[in-house]
Amino acid sequence: MIAPEKAYLPQAAPPAPPVAVAAQLVAGAVFGLAFGFLLQKGGVGKYPVLIGQLQLQDWTVAKVMLSAIAVGMVGLFTLHHFGQVNLHIKPTRLGANIIGGLVFGAGFALVGYCPGTAAAALGQGNWDALFGIAGLIAGSWLFAELSGWTKRTVETWGDLGKVQLPDLLRVPRTVFVVVFAVALIIVLGLIHRFAPR
Amino acid sequence: MIPPDTAGPAWSPYLVGAAIGVLSWLTFYVSDKPIGASSFYAQVAGLLGKLIAPRRTGTLTYFKDNPPRIGWEFVFVAAIVLGSVIAAVTGGEFTNEWLPPMWVARFGDSIALRAAVAFGGGLLMAIGARLAGGCTSGHGISGTLQLSVGSWIAVICFFLGGIAVAIPLFKL
Repeated sequence: MIAPEKAYLPQAAPPAPPVAVAAQLVAGAVFGLAFGFLLQKGGVGKYPVLIGQLQLQDWTVAKVMLSAIAVGMVGLFTLHHFGQVNLHIKPTRLGANIIGGLVFGAGFALVGYCPGTAAAALGQGNWDALFGIAGLIAGSWLFAELSGWTKRTVETWGDLGKVQLPDLLRVPRTVFVVVFAVALIIVLGLIHRFAPR
Repeated sequence: MIPPDTAGPAWSPYLVGAAIGVLSWLTFYVSDKPIGASSFYAQVAGLLGKLIAPRRTGTLTYFKDNPPRIGWEFVFVAAIVLGSVIAAVTGGEFTNEWLPPMWVARFGDSIALRAAVAFGGGLLMAIGARLAGGCTSGHGISGTLQLSVGSWIAVICFFLGGIAVAIPLFKL
């Protein structure tokens, strides 16, 4: 919940305290619990389901993600239209998005779990997720070691700022959201038709 | 009988996806936060760094820009584990296994080999996520649903990179 007068005005954030306020943490725990529950029920904590998607043989991951995107998008932009939420759009940096994305994908195939689903895999008793989690922590440190260099180089390549698809196509956002929601549903229908799993 | 972890989703993936979409409305509305996972691992790395090598940690650009702390994202990911325990135990899908059967069928039953590959993969995944600015949750769900151009590019690259490694890994 945000105050209406803060809905559109980006403000300089006050320095973050070492431990965030308790209510915020409780909300995070409740939402994380729900997210973990859903990931497990969606089968996306399972090694063969995730690897199967990367082998283009099991389309469960695409079904979950595209459904989440379609529903999430329509609701979020409706809430935003009425000034109820802030958007949190990450800047588009072509070099970093592409190179980082490809490196991430290669690692994803080796682990068989992604950062969120590794936590879900651990919860459902797949202990090999622990090795991936250890790698994620070590890799985060390694990136921090490199971050002075990446910030001056890769992260400056093709920096377009916080740009959204409707800006790129020069169409009104509401029109885009409606058309895109329909397109996502059509794509989901096609996946459902041709990929039973 | 099919072993639990070779079975598909327990619930309809469309239903689960739609519920995750609704969950994302709630995280934005209640917490003013998008769903994300990878920054948790960076926070853990930073908190461990502050314990082991506080001065070094303080000099690193990423930790200067993102001071390590126990915040919303930290609790969110820690709770994913518990949520998954509840779902798996109540659904009779708790696996309690060190190696996925699909891995064993391809690479044998050496835990050391699995540990090395998964650790190396995790290393790459973290570097990639930090460089790209997010993971399959932060970009793949939250960024894409906000129609961020960079998020769509990143998630397409996640899958291109993943497909390029996973297919030869199991076919060669």
